[in-house]
Amino acid sequence: MSATATRVTFGETVCRLADTNPDIVVLDADLRKSTMTDEFSRKHPERFFDVGIAEGNMVGVGAGMALAGKIPFICSFACFVVGRFEQIRMAVAYNRANVKIVGTHAGIGIGEDGYSQMATEDVGLMRTLPNIAVVQPADAIETRGAVEYIAQHDGPVFLRLTRQKVADVNGEGYEFRFGKAVVLREGTDVSLMGTGAVMENVLKAADLLAAQGISAQVVNIHTLKPLDTEFIESIASSHGKIVTVEDHGIHGGLGSAVSEAVAELGRGRVRRVGVTEFAESGDTEGLYGKYGLSAEHVSAAAMELMD
Amino acid sequence: MTIPELEAIAKEIRVDVIRMLVEAGSGHPGGSLSCTDIVTALYFHQMRHRPEQPDWPDRDRFVLSKGHCVPAVYAALAHAGYFPKEETLSLRKLNSRMQGHPDRHRFPYVEASTGSLGQGLSVAVGMALAGKTGGKDYRTYCVISDGECQAGQIWEAAMSAPRFGLDNLCVLMDYNHIQLSGGTDEIMSLEPVLDKWRAFNWNTLEIDGHSFPAILDALKAAEQHRDGPTMIVCQTVKGKGVSFMENRWEWHGKAPSREEGERAVEELVNGS
Ligand SMILES: Cc1ncc(C[n+]2csc(CCOP(=O)(O)OP(=O)(O)O)c2C)c(N)n1
Repeated sequence: MSATATRVTFGETVCRLADTNPDIVVLDADLRKSTMTDEFSRKHPERFFDVGIAEGNMVGVGAGMALAGKIPFICSFACFVVGRFEQIRMAVAYNRANVKIVGTHAGIGIGEDGYSQMATEDVGLMRTLPNIAVVQPADAIETRGAVEYIAQHDGPVFLRLTRQKVADVNGEGYEFRFGKAVVLREGTDVSLMGTGAVMENVLKAADLLAAQGISAQVVNIHTLKPLDTEFIESIASSHGKIVTVEDHGIHGGLGSAVSEAVAELGRGRVRRVGVTEFAESGDTEGLYGKYGLSAEHVSAAAMELMD
Repeated sequence: MTIPELEAIAKEIRVDVIRMLVEAGSGHPGGSLSCTDIVTALYFHQMRHRPEQPDWPDRDRFVLSKGHCVPAVYAALAHAGYFPKEETLSLRKLNSRMQGHPDRHRFPYVEASTGSLGQGLSVAVGMALAGKTGGKDYRTYCVISDGECQAGQIWEAAMSAPRFGLDNLCVLMDYNHIQLSGGTDEIMSLEPVLDKWRAFNWNTLEIDGHSFPAILDALKAAEQHRDGPTMIVCQTVKGKGVSFMENRWEWHGKAPSREEGERAVEELVNGS
């Protein structure tokens, strides 16, 4: 399996799309070398605006440009841009301004910088806002498809990306379909639903479960909002056992979204695997082990549902 | 402490910063080295604090608003005797108290958790305000960076401190003229920055942020100023003391390799 940081694929894709779509503009807040908008800034300097370390201003300026007909991609670490929640709430969501909010360095997987640069609440915040869609691709090919989709989608979107490389989980010829769950592996006893950087560990967890005679389905939920409730319903109505996995807090993210759907259906059981406290500096693998996101944690959560 | 003694400590702190970053394999050398002399002057000359009683209620408060430069503060605290210096080499490793950005729960010798730029000054205003309202005579010091002054919250804090009459607050701006992606003037200039603080009713001073006599004089002047907060704009060099890092944005957020680290230490110790 080859591996790519999804922010890298984003940078390449937005640059390419801008060649044929003159309305695309990119705003950044002194992180172009990290959000990977550096290439765009050199190729399309007249359409690149660095607002400095001023994410609140970036949100407002982006909304204004969108209301005046542009398609702004506003980019920073997920914690910093989504940290300007109230600006997003008013200027982007309430206005339904066609802003593409790009949050890179999502989750504890960023590693050594520690909690202050780790977004583990961002999906929860963005999910609460009407009008905003939330998308988190799991690998390079999915990122390409997601960026192509959101560029032409009419309305605000939050795109959540990784700093670290993530393994390819989708095959060649994969097509991104907004709002649709992707079954990566069939299974009949339990459904492991992951999103973003954790998919490799989710696949490994399915292997661990297989070794114990349990057939686990592996599902990639790239669109966190709107959630593919039809798919959730089909699972809830069959074996009904769901484990959610995400590099995000268990409050507000995929685990919450799936639990809400399951609670409304009144069928099915959910175990949420995700972050439950302020994480820390460290290497990605060590952090995933310490904060409960390893393959072993996922398979243990699935075992809890087996009776 | 004499000026040569302070200079010697600053040199040691710079060496420690390099060693920590080499071990960690990531981190921010440029801004850590540019604020080293300021941090040294604060911890080894100006501030009243007790390494043997870190939670002494009357201690002066220090907030590092530019939290990514915490290696300089870890080195200073170790040198002052708060904790063993070996521990600094665990910077950014799993289970270490030496977080990549200050974390006051894991590491109680920093006053505030920071790392999201633009917020620390407000926290410092709060500490100074609490001191004033509580009849305490501790002073609050805060180091901010130039790029950070692009954040609106800095100016909200700037407006509030004179309003609350905070003559117990002294802010030092580490003006190294470089941020993450390039020169501060090219990205979003702050100029005329002194006029801005002055217009916000601050007592403003501008000094060479690598001259101990200048730093000490300014800190003294700030302490004597009885009419609101003081802003000391410190002209500094990003990567100060390591020739191949000086004034280069490339060294904002990249750790030196082991070989580069040895060259840097050699230069710092023996002079270039
Ligand atoms: C709110 C926020 N936005 C972005 C960042 C990422 N970041 C870390 S350091 C840095 C550049 C800082 O440059 P400057 O403020 O001039 O500091 P110094 O030169 O002293 O290192 C950026 C953008 C952050 N930590 N906080």
